[in-house]
Amino acid sequence: MSEAKEKEVLVEVINLKQHFEIPVGFLKSKKLKAVDGISFKINKGETLGLVGESGCGKTTAGRTLLHLYEPTDGQIFFNGKEVVTKEELEEFRQNASMVFQDPYSSLNPRMTVGDIIGEPLDVHNLYTTRQQREARIHELMELVGLSSEHATRYAHEFSGGQRQRVGIARALAVSPQLIVCDEPVSALDVSIQAQIINMFEDLQEKLGLTYLFIAHDLLVVRHISDKIAVMYLGKIVEMADSEEIFKKPLHPYTESLMSAVPSPDPETARNSKRIVLTGDVPSPLDIPSGCPFRTRCPKAFDRCSIDVPYLREVEPNHFASCHLLDK
Amino acid sequence: MSLLEVKDLRTSFFTDSGEVKAVDGISFSLEKGKVLGIVGESGSGKSVTAYSIMQILSYPGRIVSGSIKLDGEELVGADKKTLRSMRGSKISIIFQDPMTSLNPVFTIGNQLIEAIMLHTPRNRKEATERAIEMITLVGINDPAKRLKQYPHELSGGMRQRIMIAMALACEPDILIADEPTTALDVTIQAQILELMKKLQEEMGMAIIMVTHDLGVIVSMCDEVVVMYAGKACEKGSVDEIFYDPKHEYTKGLLRSIPYGSKALGRLIPISGSPVDMLNMPQGCAFSPRCDKAMKICLKEKCEIVQLTPTHSAACWVNVKEAVDRKEILPDREISEEEYASLKNGGEHIERS
Repeated sequence: MSEAKEKEVLVEVINLKQHFEIPVGFLKSKKLKAVDGISFKINKGETLGLVGESGCGKTTAGRTLLHLYEPTDGQIFFNGKEVVTKEELEEFRQNASMVFQDPYSSLNPRMTVGDIIGEPLDVHNLYTTRQQREARIHELMELVGLSSEHATRYAHEFSGGQRQRVGIARALAVSPQLIVCDEPVSALDVSIQAQIINMFEDLQEKLGLTYLFIAHDLLVVRHISDKIAVMYLGKIVEMADSEEIFKKPLHPYTESLMSAVPSPDPETARNSKRIVLTGDVPSPLDIPSGCPFRTRCPKAFDRCSIDVPYLREVEPNHFASCHLLDK
Repeated sequence: MSLLEVKDLRTSFFTDSGEVKAVDGISFSLEKGKVLGIVGESGSGKSVTAYSIMQILSYPGRIVSGSIKLDGEELVGADKKTLRSMRGSKISIIFQDPMTSLNPVFTIGNQLIEAIMLHTPRNRKEATERAIEMITLVGINDPAKRLKQYPHELSGGMRQRIMIAMALACEPDILIADEPTTALDVTIQAQILELMKKLQEEMGMAIIMVTHDLGVIVSMCDEVVVMYAGKACEKGSVDEIFYDPKHEYTKGLLRSIPYGSKALGRLIPISGSPVDMLNMPQGCAFSPRCDKAMKICLKEKCEIVQLTPTHSAACWVNVKEAVDRKEILPDREISEEEYASLKNGGEHIERS
């Protein structure tokens, strides 16, 4: 991430949408707009943190990016090329993989750890001999700090942190450029969490990886990300460099989200004022008119219920969608 | 006299593969109107401590020894009647998961009114009034309507508020909150913490806050007990624990939380895996993961050392003679190989 290097965009997402049909009653269905037109870019070798509360669509956004769900609308550019056809998608999937949240349910209990890590190699035909496959599995295990002797063991023999390492080794098997990390540390204890975060950073440096890091823990996201995008009800409401967004949040939602995080430092905690939002996140089946945040926004005024605010560049490289910033 | 006095409490689970000492000799006291935090990682015994106080341990767990005194009355070994009169009216508990701790087939009102009628001498009409009053108090609008609703009709934050309303309806002296906000989003967590603090100040009750989140501890508690492998490794005020930690585990835990940006450098994790409770190290439970471990740490458990009137820790680092010698007395001396094998004890994969 040296300044001198020209920043190259690895992934660009334009107006990505993911709508689900939810049956309500007999023969009737409603549209659940899980992701409703989000756009972002991630530079090569950088990390974009995607934060938001549960149900805001951050996980769906990550999955839709990898075409685990067929996107309803929108374009995905990878290395400058749009991903459309089946062949392009296959090639894209060899360059992009995913680490899942739950290290307990995302590993097949009937497969040995070696086979779990080797499965992507099988799928994409990435070896010619058995020895090659074996060697690659061992190499991957060493890379994530597991002993290669453990390749014949099953997932239940490992602790949570070690299982997450297996999940990461599996994601690395195809030598991807992009990894979508969906809450990769939220199921882990604090002391183990730090081990895994450090490993993500080491791997990024060593292999030049690009991450889309989805998490709800703002302290973790702040630590690992270069840029942060905040989502609310399927839309990105603010996006900026990680430090910028923490020092100077522009959107009222970001501001309250940041202030809601209890600081683990007594002095800071005593001096900070929490902005407590009232109410709950509205159901994504029933998104409020105008600005989706207006029902909980302490600064909402008339226009918020009529016009939908759009994400725009309020300050250089700092995007936000709020009517208050229009003045 | 303290409101609650826990002395050398030991709770074990007798499993097929052996005895798991989930709580292994823990002592603390709680004063009226104070908030005590119990912090630790999964499996450290923090929830079991809470359940032991309430005596709601499930099979195969039971209290092996120790004493729990509430207002001077012994609870360990007390009969069902005493326990029943204590639960709800003197001590209440709220659980982590608001989705599963309410009964899905009964209405909110049914469950809330039942609890009130059981623990206070109110009749149905008075209990209903009290229920409405409590629902309003925890900040839920339209209380009369809520009484007729079922748990699935409410959001997670609202369900947790109902749990709090239920726990507080009988004005207990002590509220035990077992990870009350872990399942909730940060903005909802902020609401619930704010609410608990407000109610605590208004009603003057004491709270035992069980959590793994150090941020929650800081924003709520007066005193903290840090638990590791069933033992209280450090006890002290919030400032003492966060600014002057004396146990190597507490120090490691504080170092491993991300405070700021990437620019501030890498995190310093605690190496190794959590301790295997069926296969505990011989010495200090933390010694296999501790980078300051001395020979004595691997050999012998450290007693709790009182550092200031409020601050205590069980770590050999605070015992001057141990630090000075490093090699310890000849009769406690262990060979280099033994040291290495003890040290390696923490790096094996725990087999389940």
